[in-house]
Amino acid sequence: MVRVDGRGDGASLVRVRGLDKKYQRGSEEIHVLQGLNLDVDAGDFVAFMGPSGSGKTTLLNLLGGIDLPTAGSITVAGDEITHMSAGKLTAWRARHVGFIFQMYNLIPVLTAFQNVELPLLLTKLSKAERRKHVETALGVVGLGDRMDHFPRQLSGGQEQRVGIARAIVADPTFLLCDEPTGDLDRKSADEVMDLLGRLVREHGKTVLLVTHDPVAAERAQVVLHLNKGVLEEGRKAEAAR
Amino acid sequence: MKYRHLIFSNLFRKKIRTTLTVGSFAVALFLFGLLAVVRGAFNQGLEVAGADRLVIVNRVSIIQPLPIAYKERLLQIGGVKAVTHANWFGGVYQDERNFFPQFAIDTETYRAMFPEFAMPEDQWKAFVADREGAIVGDDLVKRFHWKVGDRVPIKGTIFPGTWEFNIRGIYHGTRQADDTTQFWFHYKLLEERQNQYWRGLVGWYTVRIDNPDHAVPVAKAIDESFANSPWETKTDTEKAFAASFVKQAGNIQFLMLSIGGVVFFTLLLVTGNTMAIAVRDRVRELAILKAVGYSDRFVLALVLGESLILALVGGGVGILLAKLLTLGGDPTRGLLPFFYLPTSAAIAGIGLALAVGVLGGILPAFSAMRLRVVDALRRV
Repeated sequence: MVRVDGRGDGASLVRVRGLDKKYQRGSEEIHVLQGLNLDVDAGDFVAFMGPSGSGKTTLLNLLGGIDLPTAGSITVAGDEITHMSAGKLTAWRARHVGFIFQMYNLIPVLTAFQNVELPLLLTKLSKAERRKHVETALGVVGLGDRMDHFPRQLSGGQEQRVGIARAIVADPTFLLCDEPTGDLDRKSADEVMDLLGRLVREHGKTVLLVTHDPVAAERAQVVLHLNKGVLEEGRKAEAAR
Repeated sequence: MKYRHLIFSNLFRKKIRTTLTVGSFAVALFLFGLLAVVRGAFNQGLEVAGADRLVIVNRVSIIQPLPIAYKERLLQIGGVKAVTHANWFGGVYQDERNFFPQFAIDTETYRAMFPEFAMPEDQWKAFVADREGAIVGDDLVKRFHWKVGDRVPIKGTIFPGTWEFNIRGIYHGTRQADDTTQFWFHYKLLEERQNQYWRGLVGWYTVRIDNPDHAVPVAKAIDESFANSPWETKTDTEKAFAASFVKQAGNIQFLMLSIGGVVFFTLLLVTGNTMAIAVRDRVRELAILKAVGYSDRFVLALVLGESLILALVGGGVGILLAKLLTLGGDPTRGLLPFFYLPTSAAIAGIGLALAVGVLGGILPAFSAMRLRVVDALRRV
């Protein structure tokens, strides 16, 4: 159940209250997010839409613990992350967040396997266990036969699927997707959105997606609109397609 | 080390840049190694100088002789345990470029004075028994392919004529820095064959004293004994005597440190610049590492690790090249007989390379550590 009125119960996976974010640009103060509330349950697939500069990516960065709010609180799976030290927040990200970026952001000198393995190097898993996890993740995204390929040897859609495998390999609490189809052609974009839908339906993942693309947003269970820093409820679907 | 592919794949990302950086380290450390070799060659006498030996030369100049009669008088001075003497022969073997020192030695006392030069007893006895005999250092044997029994002609420059010697023995140094390029023959032969002027004269004396702590008063007592005579003396410890030779060659140490300092400062700039470029090129990737959970300290260590590997590989190659160059021995045909790279200098060189690696990489590493993920992702 996704709510933006601040009345969600304590059982929500993601609980945001009174979230404010201001930037200083020269002498001008930009109020990106204004007293934003949000409740997302485990297994939800939420899309955030809105015009450029409306604060979608800022919201995603705050939820992922790579930016700090000016005011307000964010609680994920019972952890209040807004007051964590930088070190604790880094460790929290490793455990709970899977990032998927528009530009894929793979490390070009590492193979698909090595890119996907990156989050697992931070764990105590043995080499054999890491291999098993990576092979599973690459299998889920349909790239089991491309493990030894470097990013330059893959198409854009394949690179993004490696990015998704990297995001899911450590089994994080939720996935944060920032315009994951923004750099892809329609066919590849559909494949990626199919994959995200499957992760929600078949693997019970929680996905928060920022997109400009209405076709991509259609795949989410809930579409929320950010407008001038305020979150507004949009369409609700029966289930992710 | 599960992170090694992260470090090494980054190093091989820009192969030309990595090669040039490693090359700059290698050239700098090669130069450092050579300077250390040259410095060592000049200072070798200091390293091996006996603490309980004094060298006595003519007060006017080292090339002026002293009377043989001083030998007995020296033995009567308090603190002097043993005395020997030698003369510089200054001959030429085949070609003037084949320089090596030849000494006419007192066969009765010389060997006991310099126990660091080792040789088989039977060879020494054969040398003593043959008035035209010679003992040569093993470096000379390697250089000229001599062997025991060879007859070697040497053309005198100070002492005219061609002098022929029979090689009766080969001595070895008991320490790496010992000079094994010397050629010894009988002082008695020199005395027999030289002209009237040189009869009864020796080049210098070396004395052993009973206590190294008494070197200064004993040296003073020796010089006072011969003061106001036609042959006044100047006595120094063996180390001070060797140091006076080094001074004659100019301030090598200052030269070495100056050149080394400039080289390392340049190297520091090169490394720092390379690492800064490497970090700038990878800002987004470092941000991604942080986003997926890598700590600031890990990123710092990653960048610093890359810098240290460049330094270690480059420095190691440079020192290795310097070592290889010295394996061939003295390229100056005798001017620098101690042409080798001491292990201590090699270790110091690697240490310096690593220090430069740390200094060159520390600022870029800190900048990578302090990188904010959101800023880095927004930047590109």
